[in-house]
Amino acid sequence: MLLELAPDQEVLREATARFLADRVPPEVIRRLREDPAGFSPDYWSAGAELGWTSLLVSEEHGGGSISGGPLVDLSILAHEFGARAVPGPLASANVVAFALSTWGGEAHAATLEAVLSGESLATCALGEPATPGEPAGVTVQVRADGGDVVLDGTARPVESAAQAAHLLVTAAVAGTAGFAQLLVPTTAAGVTITPMRTVDLTRRFFAVQLDGVRLPAEAAVGEFGDAGEQVERQLQVALALGCAETVGAMQTAFDLTVKWAFERYSFGRPLASYQELKHRFADMKTWLEASHAITDKAVAAVDAGAPEAAELVSAAKAYIGDYGTELAQDCVQIHGGIGVTFEHDMHFFLRRVTLNRALYGTPASHRARVTGIFENLKEQA
Amino acid sequence: MSTGAQESVEEFQARARVWIRANLRPLEAHEEVGIMRPTRTDEQELAAVARDREIQRMLFDAGFAGICFPREYGGQGLTPAHQRAFNEEISGYEYPQRLQVPTLTPCAAVLLEFGTEEQKLAHIPAILKGEEIWMQFLSEPSSGSDVAAALTSAVRDGDQWVLNGSKIWTTGAWWSDWGLCLARTNWDVPKHRGLTVFILPIAAAGVDVQRIEMLNGIMEFCQEFLTDVRVPDSDRVGEVDDGWTVGTRWMFHERMSSSSPYVTSPGTSSHHRIGPDWLLDIARDTGRLDDPLVRDLIGEGRVLDLVQGALQSRLALGMTTGRLSDQSAAIGRLYSGVAATRLTTIAFDIADGAGAAWAEGDGAAADVGADFLMRQTATIGGGTTEMARNVISERVLGMPREAALDRGLAFRDVPRGARNS
Repeated sequence: MLLELAPDQEVLREATARFLADRVPPEVIRRLREDPAGFSPDYWSAGAELGWTSLLVSEEHGGGSISGGPLVDLSILAHEFGARAVPGPLASANVVAFALSTWGGEAHAATLEAVLSGESLATCALGEPATPGEPAGVTVQVRADGGDVVLDGTARPVESAAQAAHLLVTAAVAGTAGFAQLLVPTTAAGVTITPMRTVDLTRRFFAVQLDGVRLPAEAAVGEFGDAGEQVERQLQVALALGCAETVGAMQTAFDLTVKWAFERYSFGRPLASYQELKHRFADMKTWLEASHAITDKAVAAVDAGAPEAAELVSAAKAYIGDYGTELAQDCVQIHGGIGVTFEHDMHFFLRRVTLNRALYGTPASHRARVTGIFENLKEQA
Repeated sequence: MSTGAQESVEEFQARARVWIRANLRPLEAHEEVGIMRPTRTDEQELAAVARDREIQRMLFDAGFAGICFPREYGGQGLTPAHQRAFNEEISGYEYPQRLQVPTLTPCAAVLLEFGTEEQKLAHIPAILKGEEIWMQFLSEPSSGSDVAAALTSAVRDGDQWVLNGSKIWTTGAWWSDWGLCLARTNWDVPKHRGLTVFILPIAAAGVDVQRIEMLNGIMEFCQEFLTDVRVPDSDRVGEVDDGWTVGTRWMFHERMSSSSPYVTSPGTSSHHRIGPDWLLDIARDTGRLDDPLVRDLIGEGRVLDLVQGALQSRLALGMTTGRLSDQSAAIGRLYSGVAATRLTTIAFDIADGAGAAWAEGDGAAADVGADFLMRQTATIGGGTTEMARNVISERVLGMPREAALDRGLAFRDVPRGARNS
């Protein structure tokens, strides 16, 4: 997170922090393990009033940012979500709001309004990023048929699909190299949503099977067959928010462990007095500050639509994927046995960084992407 | 340029671009890459030093020297943003590399903070004109990380001090002009309370400079033997026995040197350093650019490099605004040391067999094996990463200090190893 928030950003952060501390303290998060949705509809609609869904939406559509940097503002909330390991599809829902506001046009205005108010939830199946401008891992196909479009395939994992009224689905256009994005009502005929198991306590993922799902052509968001670039933008947003959330979780895991190191005594000395552990804390502090730094830089670049955004966001994802999980596991190690229990909070944060490491591409896939972008950059120079 | 309103970063950058292109030589590919490669004869090295001084003088005359130094000492009185803009523009061109660290920082930075007005007027403009190259007379054969355990002694004799002892790891002392020297002036108090800082010409009577051959054959590091070297009291920096106040800031500037606004560092250039451009070139020259394993390694190197840039900006900003501890420079030092060693290993692995044995036509893959042998210089020089880890855990996170058996003892009673004398 930024070293210094503007006063308005601090108000935004504080309101969400207070709400989350009240509504989803650690004992509630533990209980939510059994909840099929992970959160209640009124939790999400109350969050919408705090700005959870509106920051990436244009003012004409009823949204607006606090600071003029919409994604920077939202990343502050994502950080808070990670720091408390709370439920809610923050990144997925905001990607849909962003997509509908930017590329949705009039056809989707009513859905956008419902998403904004938190009255209904929308989530997305974006695929994964590959080389710039080209989504990969897209497992759904779409074909035009008369005035309709027909979707087939299975997308997984899709966050909160069973709670959502709409899914934004990225699909490969049959017989072409192009992509399309379709807004699919979860009630449409041919849509089957099956729960999956996951590492997180409160976030829920589903396999969404689409069997000949027929929709009017107006279901398209953006240009049918030419959605590669908008998907890339949306992936960048999802990646940046995932990184911000992971950094929040890293920060809490680290803070808990520093506190533990001062309080826990062995052989008559606090753990914090052992040089072997002090040096590991120094390494972790370095990874943590580095993760804050690259995330903030990537968020700002994505927000500005800067040419370096794709590379920076993948660099952040690769670095934080590796070092975020390493930090969390080392925090577990320093706690010893208690760190691996359900009773202790540490696993909340371990779960969150683990989840985010595997979503939207592994560190290795992002390193490959960085290499491709870097190589192109050098060839152009 | 006028002496009135401050030149904007944009105007400054545009002026710098024009001047650099008109006056400086573009570097050839890989000209300065690798780790302290022994590529020059002594004559060539001296010629390179002379060229560095000449460029520094040209920069001074053109209004680009000492961008963040105060105007009253010959600097430009501009901001770190101006220096960053200059760094961008000079990337890929020759620049006075030997006049940056340790001359401009930490030496000139320490003089600015603790020097007398006379000292500053005598030396800062001369440094900015390329007339004085400075060395740190800091480490000793018996004390590297524990610099406050210096054994070099200074004894007062009227208006003068008489220095005896030995300093080591001065890079290029054989062609340098002045030394910033930490010496012991009181043996009857604990180690930090009996130190004083002096400045002295390296050509002074009684200073014997010996060159040290490193494992790769380079002879740039030196050791100095000081025998009855006389230094006037007017060349003392800071108070007598209060050298650790100076020393603490001295080491702060040293840790900050990679992101200091006092130095020019064309950080993103492929010509100058261990970086991802180099990895890409090695992969291309070994024909391995399409190997997925190699591409993963290049990606790792590029990621480490991008993160380093972001981290240094965050630390610099945080220390300026006070949001981060001013000891946070150690975080940047630890990161850059660890990243450089990793990049060197990656380079070595991409070079494949050429890392073991290489020939003329191997391009960027040549000499990478020798660089690998020098890998640890990145985590030793400028303060070891172990010391950085101590600073981060103790000064930034507030963890208990390491037990020190010399604390509270008069320095003369502190136990020393058998080889210390």
